[in-house]
Amino acid sequence: MGLTSNAMIRMGFFVVCALFWLFPEVLGASETAAAPPSSQAWWVWALILFVVTLVMGILAVLGGVGGGVLFVPIISGFFPFHLDFVRGTGLLVALAGALAAGPGLLKANLASLRLAIPVALIASTCAIIGAMIGLALPTQIVQICLGATIIGICVLMLTSKKSELPDVPAADRLSSALAICGVYHEASSGKTIDWKIHRTPLGLGLFVIIGVMAGMFGLGAGWANVPVLNLVMGAPLKISVATSKFLLSITDTSAAWIYLNKGCVLPLMVVPSLVGIMLGSFIGVRLLKIAKPTFIRWMVIGILAFAGIKALTKGLGITFI
Amino acid sequence: MAEQSHLQLEASEEQLVYAKILEKGMLIGLAILFITFILYAFGIMKPYIPLDEVSRYWGTNVTQYLHSTGIKSGWAWVSMLKYGDFINFIGIAILAGVTGVCYLAIVPTLLRKKDRIYAVLALLEALILMVAASGILGTGGH
Repeated sequence: MGLTSNAMIRMGFFVVCALFWLFPEVLGASETAAAPPSSQAWWVWALILFVVTLVMGILAVLGGVGGGVLFVPIISGFFPFHLDFVRGTGLLVALAGALAAGPGLLKANLASLRLAIPVALIASTCAIIGAMIGLALPTQIVQICLGATIIGICVLMLTSKKSELPDVPAADRLSSALAICGVYHEASSGKTIDWKIHRTPLGLGLFVIIGVMAGMFGLGAGWANVPVLNLVMGAPLKISVATSKFLLSITDTSAAWIYLNKGCVLPLMVVPSLVGIMLGSFIGVRLLKIAKPTFIRWMVIGILAFAGIKALTKGLGITFI
Repeated sequence: MAEQSHLQLEASEEQLVYAKILEKGMLIGLAILFITFILYAFGIMKPYIPLDEVSRYWGTNVTQYLHSTGIKSGWAWVSMLKYGDFINFIGIAILAGVTGVCYLAIVPTLLRKKDRIYAVLALLEALILMVAASGILGTGGH
């Protein structure tokens, strides 16, 4: 069964490579600052975006990362689209994914609205600031910072540990005052888990940085939300992952409005990417049962590292590929 | 005791209100986005920028794009809804706007439960999202 899923993933890569081979302008055009009119029909670009984001959506689910974190570095690094439009699209792609998952996670009581509201208030405010900074800075600077951030995310993915049920001896004063706690049923053990959090001021402080980065680079911030909620604040892993996904629907909304108002949204980029990543996520969830997650995770880290180096060298004006 | 535990396992009333509105908004936004994209991509509605010319602009930064095309930033797209490309912004705006509606919708529930701190936090969040959406934080690119 594992062979079947890996064969399907390899087939996906083959399709993407075939598209790049058929339409080499895609890679070649990425080196130009101001792209000349494309000789390819518009639908070719829409199709390429759809197929690439479809594969991205599958890999994102199997690799345990958000679609936005793959979308921005890969599309900005290897496609002719300007970073302004890629970030606007990236935020909408991450937002759509979070909106699709949010209602189910809230109804199942896995995403905690009580935990999300104070965190989102800080993260979304800072995402607005981040978006404004990102749009005010020269593109090269943002590209360099994006590359460095993506490489940092790879290091985080390689080194960070997760804790299913962190030990929280006592809730801190702030989380007690806000009554941030809950109960959920752990199906794997059949137990009902009571949870509470600690180190709330530190966690909220870290969301200042997360919000700014999410807005500045147009990345979904699940890669940072989960470690902070889980390892710093002590929320159980399931609650952290679900609340993080729901949080993106709020953080990305505030930043998305800034990009939308600035004019950084091209429907021809947004809709094929959005459909591709959502369909890919749907397929990814099905493949999750039979795929080999460790192999996929290593592959995702490798792709991210490659895209991060590409973004860094593009910003520095060095030819990488 | 068992009943109390069962009640705690269920999502809170405001959480369910939020989830229901989020779900409806998301489905409506996505449906409108897909329909309007079909109108755009199949040429049923004439776009402001012809489809074959979009690639002329997507490699430039947003300031150059707005300058070259004569498109105004901010909410100016509302006055351009007769064009196939700009009609897509209705679905995008719904997707980006539903969270603010969710926050406003849970305030009465929170106030009824005398959860004043969270009611204030929800109102603050709705205000922040409205400020972001309003465009008063600046429009136009670099």
